[in-house]
Amino acid sequence: MVNMARFEFTPQLRRFTETPVVDTDATTLRAGLEATFAKNPRLRGYVLDDQGHLRANVVVFIDGRRSTDRVSLNDPLRADGKVYVLQALSGG
Amino acid sequence: MTDRAWVATRKGLFELRRKGSDWSIANVSFLGEPVSMVLPPTSSGRMLAALNLGHFGVKVHASDDGGVNWHEVTTPAYPQQPPEATGVAWKLVQIWSMESRNGTIWAGTLPGGLFRSDDGGSSWKLNEALWHKPERAEWFGGGYDVPGIHSIAAHPTRPEEMLVGISCGGAWVTKDDGATWTLQASGMRAAYMPPDQAENPNTQDPHRIVRCPAKPDVLWTQHHNGIWKSVDDAVSWQEVTTSPLSSFGFAVAVDPSDADTAWFVPGVADQQRVPVNGALAVNRTRDGGKSFETLRNGLPQFACYDLIYRHGLSVAPDGRQLLMGSTTGGLWASGDAGDSWTTLSNHLPPIYTVRFG
Repeated sequence: MVNMARFEFTPQLRRFTETPVVDTDATTLRAGLEATFAKNPRLRGYVLDDQGHLRANVVVFIDGRRSTDRVSLNDPLRADGKVYVLQALSGG
Repeated sequence: MTDRAWVATRKGLFELRRKGSDWSIANVSFLGEPVSMVLPPTSSGRMLAALNLGHFGVKVHASDDGGVNWHEVTTPAYPQQPPEATGVAWKLVQIWSMESRNGTIWAGTLPGGLFRSDDGGSSWKLNEALWHKPERAEWFGGGYDVPGIHSIAAHPTRPEEMLVGISCGGAWVTKDDGATWTLQASGMRAAYMPPDQAENPNTQDPHRIVRCPAKPDVLWTQHHNGIWKSVDDAVSWQEVTTSPLSSFGFAVAVDPSDADTAWFVPGVADQQRVPVNGALAVNRTRDGGKSFETLRNGLPQFACYDLIYRHGLSVAPDGRQLLMGSTTGGLWASGDAGDSWTTLSNHLPPIYTVRFG
């Protein structure tokens, strides 16, 4: 079996919408997020804004490092990468 | 309906019920979440709540049973921003106003877009005609980083006609159901602009605009630096300079059946947004602005620093019941058109909106 990147979402989102754990063979953050939105389309608006950018108060960690590209979301994913989509403490 | 009301706050939506002269909290929805605006049940029974989640953006929820059960519906979204489109980002910041008429729901937003839904919030469409007005480039934020539509005043007998109020972008009117828009803030004066720009209608900051349903040519606004009134359906605006204490404030309400009766809540000034002398007061005119009474009975008169924001004052269809909520969580009710007030709470979350219905 091919190794897959795993996406997990903050449990804080569960009071609004389903947050499935998604394994994907995507190689960029945006493609991986699209795979999660395919499981739950409602998630998109919680993570991305009108222009498809990462929301100002959402943060993504890829293998322990914060993602750096909030606009095109082209950060690469490793085949066995671990991605966490969390609320940033700047918000709320 | 005058025996039910809604209080949208920084930490939830509160339903109020009235028995006799006593209001009480009957239900709470979205506890802990910021509710920027509520639309009471429309003729179809649907009501909407606009959330502004700190991390996850604006969301719209609908209820078809008077706020008992809610489900998420579609959130208005701006279209793809062309690379050449400068100015504010085409990103929804907040739903600041919602009104319904004949099955259509309108949502006014920061950063200045007006959205329309003809299916109870299942889908929304940006009004492109207003959004693409070249004058929009001149609008700027008032209290926020970006401009916003806080007032939506439909015409009660001409369904194609509607006025919207913008901070800061004046007042705009459509008479063809949103196909075209005209700037109609002539007569207003902006003390915060350079002198040669003070009368530019496109940079006026009407904090809130309300229309009298019984006499729809009459509109009142609490402006950033004064009170203005129009008696010709916003063709012209005349300043009202007779209000006691101060002409600064945010909220205004007009008696639905008497265009000469309106209420305002004065603050000291824009650089000191608290009641005059620490004593909360409501100014009421009953003669179209020729004179005002200052109403204080039942309102805190010592060390009170409550501010009544744009949507924090509301009058019921009977013109007698009033509700007033503050940004520090004070909530008051009157059953006699403001002559006397009762404190409902001193410690609600910051109140954004009070509405009957």
